[in-house]
Amino acid sequence: MSSPNPKPAFDFAKWWDRVGILLVLLALVVFMVIAAPNFTRVDNILNILRAISINAILAAGMTFVILTAGIDLSVGSIVAVSGVVSVLAAVAGVPAPLAILLGMAAGAACGMVNGMLSAYLALAPFIVTLGTMTFLRGLAYTLTEGKPVVSSTLSFKALGSGYWLGIPIPVYIMAAVYLISWFVLERTTFGRHVYAVGGNPTAARLAGVKVKRVTATVYVIAGVCAGIAGLIFSARVISAQPTAGQGYELDAIAAVVLGGTSLMGGRGRILGTLIGAAILGVLTTGLILLNVPFFTQLLVKGAVIIFAVAIDSLKQRPFLFGSGKRPDGTTPPDNKATS
Amino acid sequence: MGENGAGKSTLMKILAGNVARDAGVIEIDGQRVEIATPADARRHGIAIIHQELNTVPYMSVAENLALGKEPKTRFGMLDRQRMTQDAADKLDRIGAKIDVTQPLGSLSIGMQQMVEIARAVGEEARVLVLDEPTAALSRTESEQLYSLIGQMRADGVGLIYISHRMEEVWRLADRITVLRDGRYVGTEIADDLTEGQIVSMMVGRDIADLYGHGPREPREPLLRVEGLRGNGVGPFDLTVHAGEVVCVAGLIGAGRTEMARLIFGADARTGGQVWIHGTQSAPVDPAAAIAQGIGMVPEDRKSEGLFLEHSVKDNIAISTLEDLSWMGILRRPKLRAAVSERMAQLRLRSNAIDLPVEALSGGNQQKAAVARWLLRDSQVLILDEPTRGVDIGAKREIYDLIDTLARQGKAILVISSDLPEAIGIGDRVLVVRDGRIVHDMPSAEATEEIVMLHATGARAATAQATQHKGARP
Repeated sequence: MSSPNPKPAFDFAKWWDRVGILLVLLALVVFMVIAAPNFTRVDNILNILRAISINAILAAGMTFVILTAGIDLSVGSIVAVSGVVSVLAAVAGVPAPLAILLGMAAGAACGMVNGMLSAYLALAPFIVTLGTMTFLRGLAYTLTEGKPVVSSTLSFKALGSGYWLGIPIPVYIMAAVYLISWFVLERTTFGRHVYAVGGNPTAARLAGVKVKRVTATVYVIAGVCAGIAGLIFSARVISAQPTAGQGYELDAIAAVVLGGTSLMGGRGRILGTLIGAAILGVLTTGLILLNVPFFTQLLVKGAVIIFAVAIDSLKQRPFLFGSGKRPDGTTPPDNKATS
Repeated sequence: MGENGAGKSTLMKILAGNVARDAGVIEIDGQRVEIATPADARRHGIAIIHQELNTVPYMSVAENLALGKEPKTRFGMLDRQRMTQDAADKLDRIGAKIDVTQPLGSLSIGMQQMVEIARAVGEEARVLVLDEPTAALSRTESEQLYSLIGQMRADGVGLIYISHRMEEVWRLADRITVLRDGRYVGTEIADDLTEGQIVSMMVGRDIADLYGHGPREPREPLLRVEGLRGNGVGPFDLTVHAGEVVCVAGLIGAGRTEMARLIFGADARTGGQVWIHGTQSAPVDPAAAIAQGIGMVPEDRKSEGLFLEHSVKDNIAISTLEDLSWMGILRRPKLRAAVSERMAQLRLRSNAIDLPVEALSGGNQQKAAVARWLLRDSQVLILDEPTRGVDIGAKREIYDLIDTLARQGKAILVISSDLPEAIGIGDRVLVVRDGRIVHDMPSAEATEEIVMLHATGARAATAQATQHKGARP
C-alpha cells in the first residue's frame, strides 16, 4: 500500500466487468435492427421479453446456486413437477391463488431436497441434481400417468398469456424476481453470505457464516424460481406437461455464465444474468425473424456463448488486455513460474 | 536463512533454472555453468525439493519416479517390471521402506518427500536444495529426513537447506548463510555463531527493539479452558486474562493450531469446557464462538482467513453483518463508516476499502483479517502465526497492534513458531508438545533454550543432539 497511486490507465478487465456483456447485447440488437426490419416492432419486443421470462427466472435462481460454486441440473424437471402439481390442483377445484402457492411450494420442496443432500450430506451438487433431475421427471410422469392434462379453462392461465397495461404478465413476474434477487444479493446479510460461501467456504465458516444453511437455502431459492417458471409455462400451454422444461437447466446455466458469474463461485452479478438471458432471447427471436434455419441457429447460439465466455476468461490474463498491475499499483508476483 | 521475502526462494529458483539471472556467475566444481532452464539445472546435477511437491498423487510411487523416462520393452510397451525394480532400487539407496506400487497420494507428506529425494538421488544429483522441507512434516518424519540428510552428506552431496527453524539449522548446518532484503549478509561456520547473532543478521536490528513492548497489567481471567480435548489434542487447560498476551510455542505438528480450532469451535470437541468472562460457553461451531466474543485469525490467511477476490470492506464486515443491518437488510452507510474507522485505526489506507483484498500486501492482508474482529469487538483474539509471510516492518506494526489491543483489555492468544517472537511479544509463554500444554512460564523468565527443551521433551532432545554430533564426519 506504500506505493503511489497508479495512473488511471485503461484497464480492460475492469471495464469489461462493468459493461462488456451489455455491449454484446447492444451489438446484437443493433445488428438485428438493421438486418430484420420487424425486429423493433413493439409487439416483437414484448414477445422477446415474454419469451425470455421463463429462462430468465430460472437463471435468477441458478445465479444464487452458482454464486456458491454449486450447480442445479434439476430446475428443468422442477418446472414440470410444479406445473403438474398446480394444474392438477386447479383441475381438482382448488382456488387459483392456492394452486399457484402449491406450485411454488412444490418447487421449494424439490429445492429443499437438493439443498439438504448437497449441504448436510455434503454430496456433490452436480451428482445430487443429476439424480433429482431424473427422479423429478419421473415424478412428473407419474403424477400425470404419462400424458398431458389439458384444461382449457385453467383458472390461472392469465399468468402465461395475460396482459396488464399492454405488457405481458410474465414480464412483470420476471421483473419482480430480478428486483427481489438483486435486493437480496446486494443489500442483505444473506446475500453477502452467499458471496462469502462461494468465495471461500472454509473462510466463511471461520468467519461465522452458517455455510450449510446458506448452501441449502440457495437450492430452495432455485426451486422456488423453477416453480414460478413452471406456473408460467403451464399457464401458457393451459395444461400440465410432464415433458415441460426439458433442457431448460442448460439455457439457464448459459445465461448465468454469459452474465459473467464464475462457475467457481463468489463472483458475479444478478443483472449480468438478466443480460445473459436477454442475449439468448434476442438471438433466438432474431434468427427466427431472419429465417435462419433451426440447425444454423444452434450453431450461432453455441458460438456466441463460447465467444462471450472466452472474453470473460481472457480478461484474467493481464498481458493480453491489462496493464498487469494490481489495483494498488504493485505488480503481482508470478505464481506460475515456480515449481 | 533469512526472513520471509529475503530472497531465499528466488535464489533457489535461479539455481533451478526457473528464473533467469540478471547478473552473476554460477560455478559447479569450479566450472562456470549456464542455467537457463530446469533441464540445464538437472544436467549439472542440481536437484530441488520444493515445499510443495511436484508429483501426481493418483499414480503409483514407481510411476512417479519413472515419470518422463519410463522404461520400454522391446516392443515399445511400458516395462512395468523394470519400472518397479528401478523405483525399489532408488528408494533402497536412501533407505526408505516404501511399497512402490501404492499410489503416491496415499503416502504421508514426509514419505512423498522421501520419494522426491529418491528421485534426485537416482538422478545422481550433486547439489540438493531443500526449501523448508520440514514445514509440513511431523516430528518423526522430520527425524527421518534429518538422518537421510546426514547420510547424503556422508556420500558427498552438497546440500543447501533453507529453513526458518533455528533448532534444525543448528543440528544440520556446517555453514550458515544469511540473506536479507534480497542481499547477501554473510556466511559463517555454524559452530562459531550464536542464535542472537543469526537473528540480528537476519533482521538487521536488535531483537529487543523488534519485539519490545511496555509493561502491561493483566486483570481478571477472560478466557478459561478446562480439560478441552478433541481432534487428536488435549486434554488441556489454559487461562488468558483481560489485558494479557499469551504466546503458544511448540514444534510444528505439536497440535497448537488444533487447540486453537477447538477453542474456536472449528473442530468437534470430545470433552472439556470453555468459559468467557466466567460464563460457560460451549462453542459448537465458529458462529457460536464468535457470538460469545472469540475471534480467530487462522494460520493460512489466504485459504482460510480471507475472501481474496472480495473487497476489503466485505472481508472486514463479514462477521458483523447482523449488527450492521436491520431485519437482514444492510445499513450500508453505517457499515462503510464502521469499516473505515477500523481501517484508519490499523493505518490501512482508506481508499483500499473497495479493492479486492488480494491486492494488498501480506502485512496489510493480515491487518484486514484482524480488523474483522476489531469491528466485531471480540474480547478474545486467537492469532495463529500472525506474522507469517509479512515483512519486518509490518511485523513491528502487528506487534504494536497486539500490544494496543491488550491494553484495551482484550485477551490475546498468539500461536507462533518464531521463537524470539513467541518469547518477546507476550506476557506468558505456553509450550505445547504432543497436543498438551507441557509448560507455562512468564515471558520474562523464558529463553529459547527452555522453550525448546520443553517443546522437544528434554531427554529426547539431549539424546538426539549427542547422536547427531557423533554422526558428523
